[in-house]
Amino acid sequence: MTSYLPPSDRIWWKVPVGREEVVWIALALTWCLIMFLMMPYWHIYGKQNLSNEAYQTTPAKFGSRVEDMIKAHKVSEEKGIPVVHPPAGSDVYMLGRLWQWWPILELEKDKSYRLHLSSMDWQHGFSIQPINVNLQVIPGYEMVITVTPDKAGEYGVVCNEYCGIGHHTMLGKIYVKE
Amino acid sequence: MSLFRTCPDSGFYFHKSAESLMKANAVAAAVSLLVAGVLALGVVLTRWQEVHLLDASTFYMVLTAHGINALIFWIIFFEIAILYFASSTLLRCRLAAPRWAWTAFILMLVGAIMNNVAVFQGNSSVMMTSYVPMQAEPHFYLGLILFAVGALIGIFVFFGTLVIAKDENTYEGSVPLVTFGGVTAAIIAVFTIAGGAIILVPTFLWSVGYISHIDAQMYRVVWWVLGHSSQQVNVATHVAVWYLIAGVVFGARPMSEKVSRAAYLLYIFFLQLACAHHILVDPGISSEWKVFNTSYAMYLAVLASMIHGLTVPGAIEVAQREKGYTKGLFEWLRKAPWGNPVFSGMFISLVTFGFIGGITGVVMGTEQINLIIHNTIYVPAHFHATVVTGTTMAFMSLTYLLIPALFRRKVFMPTMAKLQPFVFGGGMVIMILFLLGAGTMGVSRRHWDMDFTGALLNFEYAGIAYTMVAIGSIGGVLAIVGGAMYLLVTVGSLLFGEKLEPSAGFLQSFGKPLDASCYRSGDAGRALAAPKPVEEHGSAGFEAPGTFALALLLLVTFIVYYFINWKYLASVWQLG
Repeated sequence: MTSYLPPSDRIWWKVPVGREEVVWIALALTWCLIMFLMMPYWHIYGKQNLSNEAYQTTPAKFGSRVEDMIKAHKVSEEKGIPVVHPPAGSDVYMLGRLWQWWPILELEKDKSYRLHLSSMDWQHGFSIQPINVNLQVIPGYEMVITVTPDKAGEYGVVCNEYCGIGHHTMLGKIYVKE
Repeated sequence: MSLFRTCPDSGFYFHKSAESLMKANAVAAAVSLLVAGVLALGVVLTRWQEVHLLDASTFYMVLTAHGINALIFWIIFFEIAILYFASSTLLRCRLAAPRWAWTAFILMLVGAIMNNVAVFQGNSSVMMTSYVPMQAEPHFYLGLILFAVGALIGIFVFFGTLVIAKDENTYEGSVPLVTFGGVTAAIIAVFTIAGGAIILVPTFLWSVGYISHIDAQMYRVVWWVLGHSSQQVNVATHVAVWYLIAGVVFGARPMSEKVSRAAYLLYIFFLQLACAHHILVDPGISSEWKVFNTSYAMYLAVLASMIHGLTVPGAIEVAQREKGYTKGLFEWLRKAPWGNPVFSGMFISLVTFGFIGGITGVVMGTEQINLIIHNTIYVPAHFHATVVTGTTMAFMSLTYLLIPALFRRKVFMPTMAKLQPFVFGGGMVIMILFLLGAGTMGVSRRHWDMDFTGALLNFEYAGIAYTMVAIGSIGGVLAIVGGAMYLLVTVGSLLFGEKLEPSAGFLQSFGKPLDASCYRSGDAGRALAAPKPVEEHGSAGFEAPGTFALALLLLVTFIVYYFINWKYLASVWQLG
């Protein structure tokens, strides 16, 4: 009987299943398996993956490593924020805090960098625009990801994890030079 | 006075205590929706950059309150009403422990008010997720905890009612499919609330100073056990509502009890650590964990939804074909009662949930693709397709059924009721599609200002992103108008609706009269007690070819959209 009455066939689990349901379940399950396999496939053959490299840290520890990098490789300043040009292939750092991404990074096109991210206070969202790559930045955790910018230009770093009243003013920069 | 009444039009049995409780919970739900809807206007008119109505601190407060009232209070109050309906009414038995059920209601009410007070006092604009170490006032968390305890009691009243029904032999054989869906929702809800307790109780203690530190990453993992599983409660419930409406409006029987129930079972088994979907780009969690828990190696919860997506319209198609609507693939659908908001709302819910909510959800829940979607406005666009056009639309359609059946009132302003699903659904779909677009352009969610006023540095979104947000906002305003129409009809019916005489034939209030067999008039008890013999299933041909064609369309859309996103991902910087 209808969906809101007890099944009139007491042994409903022995009623054979209609053909379209069987065909549909087979198609849907196949698709589900393909979708699962795409993820490991991309880890092996794809070029955009998370590194899974992360460390527990503290704001003080991470902050001092950021300052060390700034001291060593600062090239200029923009609105009071240091602009840093670290050597190609090196470890580069960016920290998020209320409400600032610090410092501004200057990278070289087609060179790889180990980018370290962490937060000094609350959670932040590291969102590189306009390429729209988004990473979660969490206090107490340091994420490391290797980035290889493939186009020169000026990139904005938007904070896309809500972090209080000044959230929408939290904007950073990455320059990619030829 | 008899403890029970039978609705002479629908044949539903109402236990007097259960009836008052359903009414109370449904009314509390509608009030929450009203609050959420008014707040939605503030959100939409602020995100619309050319209007930019509210200042930043009000916007973040309003957004927090909108999320909590819409996603928690409106939906869960309504779900408790549905659970009482699915147990007491459908199993035709008394509700277990009505006093506990009232306690539950009062706790939920107190919790909801307490939380709202905390938010509107202004120091708890932490968004629904309340990610630590950002801190809200203690009564923000306490309100949520009280609400959850109340909901848990309500769920146990539901389980108790099942026991009573079994004990008193009020039905034969297995519980109805709709009730089975309720059981699924209730089991997942227990798990959900347990997850919520594990994270919110310590967070509350932290907010009053008894605990010094809550790990931000751990919070995200456990909070999403609450956050994601509760969405699966919504899915299980609104799928049950789809089945119920298919049964009431069309007299549809499930295509296969076995398949539909197995699909429900998959929800229970394969969603539990689906919190993974929300922490795909977090540090501190391995890809193996993310890939496995986002999919369980084969996406069986997705499979379950894809099954319901076939069997619900399939059941309607079979019922319609039996009535003679057999021309071509889609006569059954063309000649369906589109003027009846019980049906039109339910069908819009089904289609938008599947085609938009489902597909976008799975795509952005893919580990690597999440890199180009996480925390953009694509995310709220996605979940408005699941919880608004999906769950909320389904609950609205059910309301149009409950006004006559439960409240025994004629629907007030039937023309407005007829248009409501199209205005609400249409507006929402516009909003969703354009915000999905804006999200792929990188527009951030939970963000007051696309212009970054006051920032030291500058960045400009592409002009097209502004246009998309603006059109999306217009859709949002339209949807709010649709929501207001719903509340007008609902509240109007309760206050001014004509009281129904027995056998008014309530489903005829909406345009096209339905076949007498669609609803049970006259001696409802006998009709319920003497079911027709079951029809043969599994004939050689397809029973529902039109539905199958629609399902294939869904699959093709899904596949194309999925690979478009991979292609887009492949175009960004190399990351590893």
